[in-house]
Amino acid sequence: MRVPSGTVVAAAVAIAGESRFRRSVSGEARGPLCGMGTCMECRVTIDGRPHCRSCQTLCAQGMIVQTNE
Amino acid sequence: MNDSKFDVVIVGAGPAGIAAACSAAECGRSVVLIDETPWPGGQIWRGRQTSSRPKVATQWIDRLHNSGATVLDQTTVIGSAGPGLLLAESKGRPCRVRWDKLIVATGARELFLPFPGWTLPGVTGAGGLLNLVKNGWPVAGKRVVIAGSGPLLLAAADGLLKHGAIIVEVAEQTSWSCVARFGVGLCRRPGKFFQAVNLKFTMRNVPCTYESWPVRADGSEKLQHVTLTNGQRTWHHDCDFLACAFGLVPNIELALCLGCEIKNGFVDVDARQQTGVKDIYCAGEVTGIAGADGALVEGQIAGYCAAGADHRAEALAGKRRSWHRFGSDLAKAFALRPELRVLAEDQTIVCRCEDVALGCLKTFSNWREAKLHSRCGMGPCQGRVCGPAVKEIFGWELESVRPPISPARVASLIAED
Repeated sequence: MRVPSGTVVAAAVAIAGESRFRRSVSGEARGPLCGMGTCMECRVTIDGRPHCRSCQTLCAQGMIVQTNE
Repeated sequence: MNDSKFDVVIVGAGPAGIAAACSAAECGRSVVLIDETPWPGGQIWRGRQTSSRPKVATQWIDRLHNSGATVLDQTTVIGSAGPGLLLAESKGRPCRVRWDKLIVATGARELFLPFPGWTLPGVTGAGGLLNLVKNGWPVAGKRVVIAGSGPLLLAAADGLLKHGAIIVEVAEQTSWSCVARFGVGLCRRPGKFFQAVNLKFTMRNVPCTYESWPVRADGSEKLQHVTLTNGQRTWHHDCDFLACAFGLVPNIELALCLGCEIKNGFVDVDARQQTGVKDIYCAGEVTGIAGADGALVEGQIAGYCAAGADHRAEALAGKRRSWHRFGSDLAKAFALRPELRVLAEDQTIVCRCEDVALGCLKTFSNWREAKLHSRCGMGPCQGRVCGPAVKEIFGWELESVRPPISPARVASLIAED
């Protein structure tokens, strides 16, 4: 997908229509809460690196993002 | 390893940190400003389009870039690596920064109070959703309920409206008379007064209710439905987002980790923004909630004092007192009603990282006991969300902070020589 420059990964995930960013330890769907990097609810796997905060990370060319894990 | 040294090191590039960096650098000191995000401005001036930033933000950010201060972005401080030395992770790599004077300007985060359904995707902070939207999150045509307390609710409503959201309702928990009294008090601050009048005008078609608050959120895998109440009756909205926050909590973790004294929940500083720890200063919301204008004043004072230019700081003492008065008026007007502390039910999750429910926490008598037995507050956010919530619900105080103060790679922790 293509997004305007300056878009954070969390926003790209939302544009892609996914609201389930991660699964909690008991299996609940979770998505961003604080939008400023403190709550860790928006974490996703980016280019194979797990637990990246998608609200603090800018989209980059060729990035692969895995959600709902 | 990348080891650098500066006269003045500032943590947090919001208004306080930017003002501190400008002031110290303009006095000829070598300065570095460290921030987690890729863009200076903190949460309040966050945004990908520089054109949509307030003029004052652009002025300060331009001044920062001309000041000679170094900006170390996408860098998270994870703790102290010894006297005068910070350990950080910069773009995934460990780094250490040496300081002669340190200014902690780590700002504040939103206060979240648990209620049934608050963990559903779609329930966000009020400033939280606005932050996401400023960085491209799509809200055009989406139905948003805004609830909680404080001027941030209106600011969020205004920002979201500008991005095409449909604001279904703004529910403020405090009373109309408290808000009105606070509004009248703003007459003494023309800038803030006109800002408030402007906001009310933009909001003229948005239903605003007072003395009302959210009681539950429902939906399957994501938010679909919100229930609000005023204590006597309840009403419902179908919506896509519930942007909800009950005030601000200072980010005291780094200051606490460095041994700074905490008073009434905030870092205790003197009139020069100096903490009880030698050569460590604090500025902005971490010392008290007084908005961006107050943070700018405190940041300048801290920057000048850290640079040894106390005479320049003295000229700002009156402004500092004035913004502190604004801060205490704000706290009084938007004090939380007791009903908000009992919204969670026994099965409502309080600690979102470890999925610890309220019923489980009720069996413990303090934070330490709850942590040891339930893992509450021991997940990746390290209690930054549930800590302030349990303080409101049970009155439990945060006792200490352990490094690393932010999740870090093992490689960064063993990088100490």
